[in-house]
Amino acid sequence: MIHLENIHKTYQGSQPLHVLKGISLDIRRGEFVSIMGASGSGKSTLLNILGILDDYDEGVYTLDGTLIRGLSEVRAADFRNRMIGFIFQSFNLIPFKDAVENVALPLFYQGVPRRKRNALALEYLDKLGLKDWAHHKPAELSGGQKQRVAIARALITQPKIILADEPTGALDSHTSVEVMQILKQLHEDGMTIVVVTHESGVAYQADKIVHIKDGQIGDIELVTDESRSPFSMDGVMK
Amino acid sequence: MNTIREVWDAMMRNKMRVTATGIAVASGIFLLIVLLGAGNGIIHTMEQNSQGLNLDAINIWPGMTSKPWNGLKEGRSIQLKDDDRKALEKQHDDVVLSSSAQLEKTETANVGHKHATVSLMGVFPSYTEFENIQILRGRFLNDIDLRKRRRVVVIDEKAETALFGKNANAVGRDIRVGQSMYRVVGVQKNDFAFSNNNFYAPFTTVQGIYGGKQEIGNITLKARPGSTEQQLEELTEGIRYTLGTRHEFDPTDRRAVWIWNSAEDNASMNQAKGILNTSFWILGLLTLLSGIVGVSNIMLISVKERTHEFGIRRAIGARPWNIIRMVMLESVLITTFFGYWGMLAGIVFCEWMDQTVGSTVVDIGVFQQKVFVDPTVDLSICLQATVVMIIAGAIAGFFPARRAAQVKPIEALRG
Repeated sequence: MIHLENIHKTYQGSQPLHVLKGISLDIRRGEFVSIMGASGSGKSTLLNILGILDDYDEGVYTLDGTLIRGLSEVRAADFRNRMIGFIFQSFNLIPFKDAVENVALPLFYQGVPRRKRNALALEYLDKLGLKDWAHHKPAELSGGQKQRVAIARALITQPKIILADEPTGALDSHTSVEVMQILKQLHEDGMTIVVVTHESGVAYQADKIVHIKDGQIGDIELVTDESRSPFSMDGVMK
Repeated sequence: MNTIREVWDAMMRNKMRVTATGIAVASGIFLLIVLLGAGNGIIHTMEQNSQGLNLDAINIWPGMTSKPWNGLKEGRSIQLKDDDRKALEKQHDDVVLSSSAQLEKTETANVGHKHATVSLMGVFPSYTEFENIQILRGRFLNDIDLRKRRRVVVIDEKAETALFGKNANAVGRDIRVGQSMYRVVGVQKNDFAFSNNNFYAPFTTVQGIYGGKQEIGNITLKARPGSTEQQLEELTEGIRYTLGTRHEFDPTDRRAVWIWNSAEDNASMNQAKGILNTSFWILGLLTLLSGIVGVSNIMLISVKERTHEFGIRRAIGARPWNIIRMVMLESVLITTFFGYWGMLAGIVFCEWMDQTVGSTVVDIGVFQQKVFVDPTVDLSICLQATVVMIIAGAIAGFFPARRAAQVKPIEALRG
């Protein structure tokens, strides 16, 4: 599904910053992978590259068989729209749109008529327990509700991959449990999920943990049922 | 429709910004239309003032010398002759297209016991080229009338009513003017200004009755179309020189002959109208331009404010063109909506000017004159100005939009 080979990324500036130094990684369809590392290790940059939100300087990245480098912005937008669902730490909801409109927005870029996309958005909000909050603006929702709206938005186009950048980073422990349970459920349904986190409790919900240190993969840890502690508030808080 | 709804949502979120932009647009269109309307009012007034005047014509009347010349003392009366007319036409044929002479006599006209004081003008058939003569019935004088010295006359409608009665048709009927009988061959419309009781008879007929063989009252020359203002100025001086040589007076003596070069006046007036029109357009377009710059600036601010939103949109699948289209559409919607209201307000204001200042009539005794005629603008011009504004609005929106679309999604998300 995802194939990374010797990926390099440097942020240009007065002092160029070499953030990714030869990342090679394969993620299979249906896998749940956590990318873990300290702040500044390059894990978010890696996720941005995976989501075609940012480009890379060297290496090979193929997504579902397509070489991403040199992809036109139009095709990149189509990939983001149809293949990838994003979940951000800061939710990234449009403040002047209500929950339904936020969830339905990706379908707008597919040309789906307003009525149809809103109906579908309502279904997804219902699945995530937010039907009663469908017509509330983000400012009227709690953190957990906002993240569930963001998850619904990520799912509405039925993507092949969910990329989550610190999905529980802005949530309290109880809400974090709820969000991770949703992701686990999605994984059980066959979705490929990549989560960037620095919280081990979150990371250990995955099948595989990729440890990144100073822009390089330190080691790849396979999570067994024994090593995976039941996800709890304590786990999140670790 | 989906996109318009999207844009509408974004606009409703920033009502203050949209209103500020809109006011810049509406005032730009409004001022353009009002300026053009006011300019038209002045131009139309100038045109109305010149109606009934013989444009492209140079009139020459005899006068009295005011300067001594070649041993001759001042105070001599100049009597124009038909040979003067021919000489002027010949010597200045590069500028003069044709010439005519008039002989004017004040007489009493009688039909039965009804009578009126009239101005009997002996003219050439080409007189209609110099004066705006509108024939209501019958015809004007022709070459046969001139050649055969027919006693025919063209009278005006006021005289027709006064002498023949209301609703009478004078054509074909006889009328006594002075001691001679004439047949009415045409009735002309009265000029609103100066043409009360003007009778036109063949020049040769009037000359035969009143004057010597050569004497004429005044000469009219018609300038060739396209003559420049400089040529016409030179013609005026040339006429003085030619007549000064023939009648022995100082060519600089402006009282020896009186020359009214309406062609020169006309050229000056046309130039003035052109300058006026251009000035108003320039002023209006500058106002419009300031509106466009306002739109562009506000769109730039808007794009900057919405960078994060565009980042979100890009992350979930918006193509660069989707962003460009959104920003441009917002700009176009604002310019269309407010431009339309600005246009309407401009039209209403021009109509108000027409109804108030435009209806003001100044009575100067001889005639009445409006001082600000029809200060309005053609609807097509208004629409064109609005369309230009909309296109300019789209262009004004394009550059900030392109800038927004060029930002990498991840940078926009961080913005």
